[in-house]
Amino acid sequence: MTDLSGRISIGDVGLSLLLVAVAIAISRGRKADLERDIVVATFRSFVQLLAVGFVLDYVFGGHAWLTPVVLAVMIVTATLTSGARGRRVPGAHGIALASIGAATAGTLGVLLALRIVPFAARAAIPLGSMIISNAMNTTSLTMSRLRDDLASHRREVEARLSLGQTAAEASRPWHRAAVRTGTIPVVDQTKVVGLVALPGVMTGMLLAGASPSSAIRLQLVVMYMLLGGNAFAALVAGHLTVRRLFTAHHQLIRSLARS
Amino acid sequence: MGVDGDGGRPIVAGFSARIPADGLTAIVGPSGAGKTTLLRLLNRLDDPDDGEVLFEGRDVRSYDVIALRKRVQYVSQVPVTFPGTVADNVGPGNVHGDTAALLTRVGLDPALATRTADRLSVGEAQRMCLARALALGPECLLLDEPTSALDDGSRGGIEALVRSLADEGLTVVMVTHDRRQAEELADRMVTVAPAP
Repeated sequence: MTDLSGRISIGDVGLSLLLVAVAIAISRGRKADLERDIVVATFRSFVQLLAVGFVLDYVFGGHAWLTPVVLAVMIVTATLTSGARGRRVPGAHGIALASIGAATAGTLGVLLALRIVPFAARAAIPLGSMIISNAMNTTSLTMSRLRDDLASHRREVEARLSLGQTAAEASRPWHRAAVRTGTIPVVDQTKVVGLVALPGVMTGMLLAGASPSSAIRLQLVVMYMLLGGNAFAALVAGHLTVRRLFTAHHQLIRSLARS
Repeated sequence: MGVDGDGGRPIVAGFSARIPADGLTAIVGPSGAGKTTLLRLLNRLDDPDDGEVLFEGRDVRSYDVIALRKRVQYVSQVPVTFPGTVADNVGPGNVHGDTAALLTRVGLDPALATRTADRLSVGEAQRMCLARALALGPECLLLDEPTSALDDGSRGGIEALVRSLADEGLTVVMVTHDRRQAEELADRMVTVAPAP
């Protein structure tokens, strides 16, 4: 069986930069004006992954107690990113922290508690990172969509409120749509898995020499984990966003009512 | 009583008025004078930044807001239709139980009950919004420029309907920029001027 895991040298990485040169040449030839972005992305990915590699080598090398710290740094970074994306929602950072935190604790917690994955840094960190990055996207989408929909439908929302509906009732159609928007990408991805593209975990395991059947089993666990994590994130983000966009007296907040 | 706008610029400032429970009271003033804001305060879609709004002698903030809104119904200037049929719009929470009778009361053909609400004309939609508000059995009706979106033909019909609701014993508070309309329809007028 071909195992690529230990065969990629730094020289091989350097050679693969040829493909980046091709991308730059195409961008220049087509006047896409992306050369600078490609160079920045290449440089950033190199530095970031190199740094993460050192950190993971250190944590996996007998410092597993740092696992919660690594996960916490990931959650904080995702919170700052998602909070900035949803900045027109008051308290967006708090919402992002709650929903990404709930998704991580809920799904990773279940996987560890049921011993589906071992309680080890080598399992918790990569799986946690997948949950966190997916929950981040879901949270941003849910918050932004809900805020924008309530702003553009504020007449209808207020008509419902003035008829005596609660904030939860008056926002329900758009709350539902936002939760769908937040979760649909991962649901669709789960539907077509293996048909459109071999997913990342499976590809990684196959390249590392694992048998297809064991690669598939882990990939299934990952897909179901992401489904659960995204649902958690969308649920919490939607609920908290509604709470922040209405007052305790079932009024749309002024910045939205007057937008 | 006052309400601040964006950047602290007042929308309503130093306003005080007493609206009797009987008949039709018109709130008259030019655009931007804060007339709509006054109605929103009565329905608690907004709260004043200073002062208070009293309903039956009690601060509106001391009532359960959902119960208050059912008693004091607000109908916005532009008719808002919800997805579904006219019956879907008017039916939920209808304390009268009879959608057809309610539609007749606001001058709509009961056969319209099965029509999709967003296919109504503006005048019909305005009447449906009135029916939707009346369905909850309110004691007070707040109408924001109820005829401003209508042509002359529909306008007269809505004016007669509003007058008849007041004559039936409902407290009606109507905002209008049209002083002539207020003089013809209302039992009394409250005039507001733009905040300085």
